[in-house]
Amino acid sequence: MWQVTRRAKSTPPPQRVAPPKLLVGIWLIIIALVGLASPALAQDDAGQSVITTLRYEGEDGEDVFVSGAVITVEGVGEGVSDESGMIAVPVPEAGEYAVTIDVATLPDGISLRSADRTMVTALVEDGQDRRILFALQSEAGAAASAAEGSGIGRRLAQLTAEGLKQGLYLAMASIGLSLIYGTTGLVNFAHAEMVTWGGLATYFFNFYGLAGVAGFLAPLPGPFGDGVNLVFAVVLGMIAGGALGFLLDRVLFRTLRRQGVSLIAQMVITIGLSIVMRYLFLYFFGGGPRSFRDFSAQQALQLGPVQLVPKDIIAMSISIGVLLMIGVLLTRTQMGKAMRAVSDNRDLAESSGIDVQRVISTVWIFGAAAAALGGAFFALDQAKWDFGFRILLLIFSAVTLGGLGTAYGALLGALVIGLVINLSTLVIDAELKNMVALLVMVLVLMFRPQGLLGRAERIG
Amino acid sequence: MGIDWGIIIQQFFSQGVGINAMVFAMAAIGLNIHFGYTGLLNFGHVGFMAAGAYGVGMTVFWLDQSLWLGVLVGLLLPTIMALILGIPTLRLRADYLGITTIAASEALRIFVRWRGNQERTGSSGGINDFADEFFEFNIFTRPGTETYDFAPGGLTIFQFRANDLWVLLIGWTLVAFFLLLTWQLMRSPWGRALKSIREDEDAARALGKNAYAYKLQALVLGGVIGGVAGMLQVISRQAVQPDTFNPVITFLIWTILIIGGVGKVASPVAGSMIYWALISGLITFMRELIGTDLSDELETFLNLSVLNVDQLRFVIFGGALMLLMWFRPQGVFGNREEMALEDR
Repeated sequence: MWQVTRRAKSTPPPQRVAPPKLLVGIWLIIIALVGLASPALAQDDAGQSVITTLRYEGEDGEDVFVSGAVITVEGVGEGVSDESGMIAVPVPEAGEYAVTIDVATLPDGISLRSADRTMVTALVEDGQDRRILFALQSEAGAAASAAEGSGIGRRLAQLTAEGLKQGLYLAMASIGLSLIYGTTGLVNFAHAEMVTWGGLATYFFNFYGLAGVAGFLAPLPGPFGDGVNLVFAVVLGMIAGGALGFLLDRVLFRTLRRQGVSLIAQMVITIGLSIVMRYLFLYFFGGGPRSFRDFSAQQALQLGPVQLVPKDIIAMSISIGVLLMIGVLLTRTQMGKAMRAVSDNRDLAESSGIDVQRVISTVWIFGAAAAALGGAFFALDQAKWDFGFRILLLIFSAVTLGGLGTAYGALLGALVIGLVINLSTLVIDAELKNMVALLVMVLVLMFRPQGLLGRAERIG
Repeated sequence: MGIDWGIIIQQFFSQGVGINAMVFAMAAIGLNIHFGYTGLLNFGHVGFMAAGAYGVGMTVFWLDQSLWLGVLVGLLLPTIMALILGIPTLRLRADYLGITTIAASEALRIFVRWRGNQERTGSSGGINDFADEFFEFNIFTRPGTETYDFAPGGLTIFQFRANDLWVLLIGWTLVAFFLLLTWQLMRSPWGRALKSIREDEDAARALGKNAYAYKLQALVLGGVIGGVAGMLQVISRQAVQPDTFNPVITFLIWTILIIGGVGKVASPVAGSMIYWALISGLITFMRELIGTDLSDELETFLNLSVLNVDQLRFVIFGGALMLLMWFRPQGVFGNREEMALEDR
């Protein structure tokens, strides 16, 4: 009984093709790949340090480095900054260290941007240097930023920028979920893990490069041998994301569709998949947060009233470019039009000669790649084994708000959610901001369940 | 060092009927009423457990009242939560209900661990040592007796601390009561109406049944049973911790329910005992394995060490959920006809 579904009508009669061996095989390969990588993750015995560079912005916007300032790593010792503002304090083992800066040793007129942040917690991992940042400013800089206008206007601008940033990354993470729902009717709970996968794969390539996957590449120079530059790593992470999407569809979900397994059962299967993937990440990657090798501690740029770190500005521009490109692809190319046709009416699309399986496969690849890219951008801050799952609630809110199944809806919903939750911190505690997303979602479901851009249909 | 089979056997049996098995059996009884009998896709069951747990904890910690009043509050809060959650969402399609319930349970967790709630919920530190009143009545407390062992022929099969034994006695009695309740209810006209809604809501409506009201009643009943499970869990630990009410727990309850067989009265108990016995035996075995000469090989080839052996538990049950749902959705004892998995 449970096998009879709406979808089954348009697919060949349910037949028990049995590829579980293939499935197990693929999982073993994935586990083996990650497993090969994991010794690499822990190989470096060169010790570890807490590193910081002390600098502030001079009158003409150039970096001025501070020498002779003292920081203290609790329980380890002190370090004094050299000519280039650099301090490296070696620490004996991985762990959490409280790092304090001695404000009295700073040159006259130089102060911390936020006077109470004299202490920073550094989470040091085995064999990896940890970069931390003390944001400094000169008297002139302090006066300038005060003149930019403090208070509500400035905060509003800053929160709007943060909201846009989060909204753009969220849009990339959400668009695949919405497209997959549109073409197959499946709510994929494992989508959050595809976001995490993107972030972690980027981290992995950033540190170990392609040699981390295929050891024989190790002697090669440049982008192949050692870890690769973050820019390449993000591209590789995206490819890894697309590959995962392709595999999941080909091995698991296509089989489920062919067997006529109902969508609800498929949804529960994605929940199981999500748990397996998440805890495999934890198992192999460990529980601590990690930062990319490049650009991990950047000084924020002052753009009018708004402060943003350069890496986020670049990532936001890329996001806008990618999202525009997705829009163009969906409206202008044949495959894009086919995707929208399948979302619209699958049976009609199929009977007018569209290869639905191929469309779905493409949607999985592109949706997963976009999610991976979004994950890599979220991970610019920090990569953790469950950071995708932590934003699953936001992803669901975004796609529900925009309208499940509509690509532009996910985009719009994500931007709105990003802005709303960040601006809400004007009124409520920042810890509670994700709850606002839930509230938005419940309100949408009560008054406009098809979402902002969705078409009204009976869903009750 | 060799492998100590004694401890593996003891863990297998003790955990199979232990506190976790009891708590999760009870929570799964609640979920069985939601999903098994009514077809409600509740992905936020852990939220009901949290509501019960914080009901009792906050009454003692924040309001400074007795534990017994707290138990009443612990019954009331899941009821309120079911109403708040059910009234807007029960009219929606199944997958929307799923998304909303998982979001609500996570939002509840975020809210109780908020530092602004320090004096009410204890924030991320939670509430500790609040249940002494419960253990005052412990009939197993005897001076000089730390643990109770059942060891025929020198092989320890069961080993429980006195306080745990007291919780188990009360807990399994309640489980038996809820089983009886479910059995009787599902034979009644009310229960038959629930099943008819699960099978075909439109047909039930056409016959004049108020499907919405029935679904809401089922949500409240199952939610309260989940709340009692949450209360027993935190009382046994003497600690209410926000992060024990992680969404992944909901899906552990789902896995347990599906192992036992959805829509059968006793299946939650069977599923819970099977799961906890097997997983505890297995994890203990792996711990023992790590203690042997093989430890270096395990660490090199499988990255397995005492640090992450416990995480395998989640990988295993997640995989079990996938494979069961795919190949045997009716579970070990269930009946495929009872699975409410059709698209509506």
